[in-house]
Amino acid sequence: MAERQVIDARGTFCPGPLMELIAAVKLASIGDEIEVLSTDAGSAADIPEWIQKVGHEMVSTSSESGVWHIVIRKTESRAKPRGEKT
Amino acid sequence: MSSSNVSILVVSGTTERLQMAAMVASVAAVSGSQVQVLLSMNALQFFLKSNEKHPSPEGDFGRTMAGKNVPPFKQLLQHAAELGDAAIHPCSMAIDVLGAKPEELDPFLAPPLGLTKFLADSAGGQLLTF
Repeated sequence: MAERQVIDARGTFCPGPLMELIAAVKLASIGDEIEVLSTDAGSAADIPEWIQKVGHEMVSTSSESGVWHIVIRKTESRAKPRGEKT
Repeated sequence: MSSSNVSILVVSGTTERLQMAAMVASVAAVSGSQVQVLLSMNALQFFLKSNEKHPSPEGDFGRTMAGKNVPPFKQLLQHAAELGDAAIHPCSMAIDVLGAKPEELDPFLAPPLGLTKFLADSAGGQLLTF
């Protein structure tokens, strides 16, 4: 059954939130959702770009009180990070 | 090497350049590019296990960055190697000049690499210098 986890990367600068997401994606199963909380506006733009490039799925992006909530779903990606779980 | 591959030559020992090199290496590696990094000159000393020095900032940005929660450059390079397809090589000439042995370097580093091989592997791809 698909799971959802939250990564709190608030206060971390680029590319910290992206790296934390990738580490989580590596351990997640296909279909799992991961929500990244970030205060770094650059990461809010970079994470969707990375998702598009490697082929996972963007679920939603929103901003609330200066915090970005970026939700992705792991799929069979085109370019998996090394050792990624399938 | 194809155009989707990135070669990064790091010779500076300043905060800003080491940080930017590590940022490029890590993001490129986790985005599907094959990345090779060659650490030489003033950069290599920071990858000795015995090193206790921190790189010096070269400008105001580097000083400002020191007080922020910026991911450490060595951690980013380690992520590049472990999460992506990156090989972080010490320069064989720089190792000799420092009088170091490969086993005295951080364990996430790949084997030493010479400049000739680095340039041959870089052909056709992007080559960035920091």
